[in-house]
Amino acid sequence: MSDKNDQEPGNAECGAGAWGRSGAAPPQYKLVPSRARRFPWPLLVLAAAFFVPTVGSRFYTFLANDVVIWALFATSLNLLVGYTGLVSFGHAAYFGIGAYATGLLMKKLGVPFLIAFPAAGVVAGLCALVFGFFCVRLTRIYFAMLTLAFAQIVWAICFKWNEVTGGEQGMPEIPYPSFDWVERLAAVLPFVGGYRTSDYYYFTCLVMVALCIWVLRRIVGSPFGRMLTTIRENAERAEFIGVNVRRYELAAFVIAGIFAGLAGGLFGIFNRGVFPDFAYWTKSSEVLIMTLLGGMGTFWGPAVGALALIWLNQQIVSYTQYWPLILGSILVILLFVFPGGLAGAVIALWRRLQRRPAGA
Amino acid sequence: MLEVSKISKSFDGFAAVGGVSFTVPQGSISAIIGPNGAGKTTLFNLITGHLRPDGGRVVFKERDVTGIAPHDLCRLGMGRSFQRTNIFPRLTVYENIQAAFVSHRGRGFNLFTPVERLYRDETESLLGAVGLLEKAGETSGFLSHGNQKQLELGIALALEPEILLLDEPTAGMSATETRDSIRLIERIAADRGLTLLFTEHDMEVVFSIAHRITVLHQGRVIADGVPAEVRRDPEVRRVYLGEGH
Amino acid sequence: MPDPSFVFAQSLSGLTAAMFLFLIASGLSLIFGVLRVLNFAHGTFYMLGAYSAFQLVQWIGVGPGRFWLAALGAATAVAILGGLVERFLFRHLYGKEELYQLLFTYALVLILSDCAKIIWGTQQKSVSRPPELTGAFHLFGATIPHYNLFILLLGPAIALAFWFVLQRTRVGRFIRAAALDRETLGALGVNVDGLYTWVFVLASFLGGLGGALIAPMRATTPGMDTEVIVEAFVVVVIGGLGSFWGTFLGALIYGQVLSFGILFFPRFSIFSVFALMAAVLIVRPWGLLGRPLK
Repeated sequence: MSDKNDQEPGNAECGAGAWGRSGAAPPQYKLVPSRARRFPWPLLVLAAAFFVPTVGSRFYTFLANDVVIWALFATSLNLLVGYTGLVSFGHAAYFGIGAYATGLLMKKLGVPFLIAFPAAGVVAGLCALVFGFFCVRLTRIYFAMLTLAFAQIVWAICFKWNEVTGGEQGMPEIPYPSFDWVERLAAVLPFVGGYRTSDYYYFTCLVMVALCIWVLRRIVGSPFGRMLTTIRENAERAEFIGVNVRRYELAAFVIAGIFAGLAGGLFGIFNRGVFPDFAYWTKSSEVLIMTLLGGMGTFWGPAVGALALIWLNQQIVSYTQYWPLILGSILVILLFVFPGGLAGAVIALWRRLQRRPAGA
Repeated sequence: MLEVSKISKSFDGFAAVGGVSFTVPQGSISAIIGPNGAGKTTLFNLITGHLRPDGGRVVFKERDVTGIAPHDLCRLGMGRSFQRTNIFPRLTVYENIQAAFVSHRGRGFNLFTPVERLYRDETESLLGAVGLLEKAGETSGFLSHGNQKQLELGIALALEPEILLLDEPTAGMSATETRDSIRLIERIAADRGLTLLFTEHDMEVVFSIAHRITVLHQGRVIADGVPAEVRRDPEVRRVYLGEGH
Repeated sequence: MPDPSFVFAQSLSGLTAAMFLFLIASGLSLIFGVLRVLNFAHGTFYMLGAYSAFQLVQWIGVGPGRFWLAALGAATAVAILGGLVERFLFRHLYGKEELYQLLFTYALVLILSDCAKIIWGTQQKSVSRPPELTGAFHLFGATIPHYNLFILLLGPAIALAFWFVLQRTRVGRFIRAAALDRETLGALGVNVDGLYTWVFVLASFLGGLGGALIAPMRATTPGMDTEVIVEAFVVVVIGGLGSFWGTFLGALIYGQVLSFGILFFPRFSIFSVFALMAAVLIVRPWGLLGRPLK
């Protein structure tokens, strides 16, 4: 076959090229060398993120909030696509389910955020368990099609079940969580006070997302995560080292669904409303593009992709209404030139720079 | 230890394997030989649960394991290597072996421990045993063919099998590599008390180390016994010499 | 119980919708069968076919025979576009991961649909029916426009023509061979790359034709591509990815389920088609007439 990516290592028969298996993540799987890795970049970024409302305007806080939520959504998808090699076209289903769960609980039943938010994860996780059970029995394109079908079913239900989900109009005006307790806290820690509600919500999102991403990081670096990569690399061989592939895939599917649901729960409140299109297939493709843009082969790639995409969108939309055209073109360039995404390109550059001093 | 009775499998009417039966005694080194297309790999796939047989039984350690899933078979003590190198290409050599340990020792569903800490010693000692310790940090997909085969062996050994099925372990190797490889396999089998069942094309290899040989032709067994008997068998000679192999 | 003429009319409208879907889905199925990729951009080719037909009608008017010219012209234009895309862009992705190929087709959707917006704006466009077919029949108490009848007959006609090409001509044999084993075909000296381009061209022609022909019946708007592609997916899944008659059958089933769904469970008609798609994938993933993938 022509044009095999010549960075594809070793014997091409090692299960490579199979749909989504050992193929979804490009060769830059090993992260940056340990010296750079030990430096706590993520903590630095998190700390800096807390200063956005102080330093930036309301608009920037809004953008940052958007980025933070989508970063979680994209990272959850990466568990499936980048680490297990399962390409899902219906991940937005769990995002939507989470959003509706939290929205319904908070708006219609007045449940406090601290219960409604985890509930998003639980409900989405349960649905992922049911849907995933059927999906992991299929492979390749059939898997992708079934994830799409389930997502469209979720969309159709949200779109038409007027009594519960508000139908086409969705559920506008989801209340913010109550921040009254901050006033009391501000008496003791003065720097905590004086922010707008949307800022407090931003901080909430930051904390929640940071926790979720920390958990995902642990999962990915755990034996379970390693088993997932063996499935991605060579599912057949994984079977022969005792890995019950279907069970692991289902577990990955559910975990990814839980975190997508949590992201959705946050997003519904942020967006000031929950709408059926949260589950539509084009939303699934947005998050997939984000994951690709940032780099599926790394943990932080998707988060970087979220930042890049949302920032780009913002910049472009102020000049022209033809954002899809630009996005499509960027995607084409990515696919042909930088399949490893931004993170992949950075890592490749780093490697090349490292080699120079040795007298190449 | 391993008993195969009347195993058969057809694909769309083509009988790849038809009524094959043989026994592999514990501690022995047995070989399955036959010309290309004789059904050797299919037979392996049937034994190891990769394919479901249409008929017949596979009994391992006195347990009927016909058609059970590969991952379960692994836990019972059957290890396997593949003809086309089947490793985890983008993981390093070290990670390949470590993954096998993690899976075999049942820590696969541990979601929180950082994986680097697990099974360091075991992995390193196994890498030493198969001679890949210096290459531990290399991405396995970039290894030479011979090294990948060594890695394959290592992965299979990490599962602490009682019987090891090796599908054409010296395929694609030069004469020296073949000799070294076979010596390594023999030594490891002796050290660990493994039973070996392998398929091969290279007659020299087979006749030098096998205790028992089963000859397949077009999916059926045409000879089965010690090397001396098989060498003399007229049917075998016809199949091999007659086909100009 | 709704009266028979109403049922008949619904059934017919389901059949008409099915024929359009068949035109689009057959192209999709063809591309999948041979190139093994699900072309998201197929719905966009359909949309471009509709817009091109509109444009051509603007230029050449609505005299007798003009509409047919416009429709064929539109289909040809889309076919050429498809060929160019395959030859210069898509071809370079063949060795790469299937995910990349898929995302490329999605990128095409983004790019091409925005191009359509740039050229034709966001207002609805409409095309009037060809003067030869502006009347209507009355049958069993239902009113059937001539144009609809034409579509109803055209669908099977194209299916038969297609079938004939696939089964009886040399090119058809190559196409079927390529679907089964491209490497061997290439080794036999057939220009497989060129074949792929032609397959893409043919599929795009069908998609564009579908769009051009539906223009007189439905408003041409942006967004019709994302709607129709999902419908096409449902059709090919039900019928069987890569199976030709499966696509036809899938389209028929889809059309009937949708139109009767709207009749009896109006709120759940959309739900029912996706539920059907999921059910098929769960029970018999390769569809009603498809064959299990390798």
